[in-house]
Amino acid sequence: MIELENVAYSYGGGELLAEVSLSLSPGSFHFLTGPSGAGKTTLLKLCYGALVPTAGQVRLFGQDLREMERDDIAMVRRRIGVVHQDCQFLDHLSVSENIALPLGVSGRDLLAEDANLRELTGWVGLKERAAALPPELSGGERQRAALARAVIMSPDVVLADEPTGNVDWEMSQRLLRLLIELNRMGKTILIATHDLALIRAAKTHVQARVLRIASRRLQLAGADL
Amino acid sequence: MKFDLSQVTGFLLADSQADRVVPPTGFTAWLTLFSAAVMAFLAVFALALSLATGRLADRWGNELARTATVRISAPAGQMAAQTAAALRVLETTTGVARARALDDEEQAALLAPWFGPDLPIEDLPIPRLIEVIETGDGFDPDGLRLRLAAEVPGAVLDDHTRWREPLVRAASRLRLLGWFSLLLIGAAMGAMITLAANAALAANTQVIQVLRLVGARDIYIARAFVRRFTLRAFGGAIVGAGLGCGAILLLPRAQLEGGFLTGLGFQGWHWIWPLVIPLLAAGVAFAATRLAAHRTLKDMP
Repeated sequence: MIELENVAYSYGGGELLAEVSLSLSPGSFHFLTGPSGAGKTTLLKLCYGALVPTAGQVRLFGQDLREMERDDIAMVRRRIGVVHQDCQFLDHLSVSENIALPLGVSGRDLLAEDANLRELTGWVGLKERAAALPPELSGGERQRAALARAVIMSPDVVLADEPTGNVDWEMSQRLLRLLIELNRMGKTILIATHDLALIRAAKTHVQARVLRIASRRLQLAGADL
Repeated sequence: MKFDLSQVTGFLLADSQADRVVPPTGFTAWLTLFSAAVMAFLAVFALALSLATGRLADRWGNELARTATVRISAPAGQMAAQTAAALRVLETTTGVARARALDDEEQAALLAPWFGPDLPIEDLPIPRLIEVIETGDGFDPDGLRLRLAAEVPGAVLDDHTRWREPLVRAASRLRLLGWFSLLLIGAAMGAMITLAANAALAANTQVIQVLRLVGARDIYIARAFVRRFTLRAFGGAIVGAGLGCGAILLLPRAQLEGGFLTGLGFQGWHWIWPLVIPLLAAGVAFAATRLAAHRTLKDMP
């Protein structure tokens, strides 16, 4: 679904990633780990077309990223749900409208999806907060709202960047359970995190592979975790 | 760009959800509205100026070109005889359709604006005027001058070219300036809307990023801004053009007293033009915002 082949990425200063190859197959569950500033966020951005690699090839659902128009990228993003570490919302719209935003921008009938939206809002435990504005939410609520927004289009892939970065242990467990549940529904999941405890907790529930970025390369971490 | 009505109606009836993704803005909205109104107001006057000077140039170019005046200055005793002689000459001149001596009352009416109505004109040695209407082909002014000089020593032919030509030139130049001003007004409005749109786009960077992240196409994001600014410019221009038309209607009439002058204003079907101004304003705003939006979006991931 998402394939990186010998991808390198350099910022103005120097090379951040080199010779990265990765293939996310349907239904797989990956963790991406590594020290801060190693390039986890950059790698995720390459996976949803926010960045174009300086070398190598990125294929999203079979299309070469370099040959994709801006509209093609928009279409691909409807199939990839993204949860950012610092999730951003439209602060003047309610939580529920924010969660429904992907439906609106892709021209879906919001009335027809209303039941779906309610169910999803309940699933992430934000039923009572549906009418609130995003700035009124706590860190954990923001993460859950972002997750709900990422999955409302029923995407094939969910990419999460430090989804548990700003929340306490209990909340991170809850978010993890939601992601595992999504994986059981057949979604491909890629979570970038430096929280090894979270990875260990997940491994008891799901067949997860752990990727580590070390000295600019991407390695498959063994059973040493 | 091909004109497609369904696109226009689709644009106007775009769903309210798409509109709401851009947060409402209070102050800049009013500024856009205000500048559109001012520009439309000014455009009405530039338009009125262009059309009025256009009428003036046409009038002086066509109607007055077919008239001439013979002025007879003679001692009181010979006035009637010389006038009759001049009329005879004129009647036998090819190219003259009609020649008619103005009577005392008409001459007094012509002088009244300068001397006031109470002046005893009868006592003054006023020359007699003969109005000459030419046929379509016109007459030979030099030949007529020679014949008049031979038979009516006190007659002077004035075929109006001396003062008409510079007036027509001036009027045409003024009309050109009017159209040029309209162009400038349109360009200035485009510039203002572009600045306002750029400010709005910059202020909403987060909104645009979120929309891109959840899979919005550029056209969806651009439309939210374009629609807003187009409608604002349209609304402002309606108000401005309305006020401009009102001001023109309130102008004092110059037609009666001015005689050959034309009133600054719209006549007949020319009233359509000020109605076009809001549409043009909307068009300018549409193009300016669209350009600004696509330029901004190009640099967003």
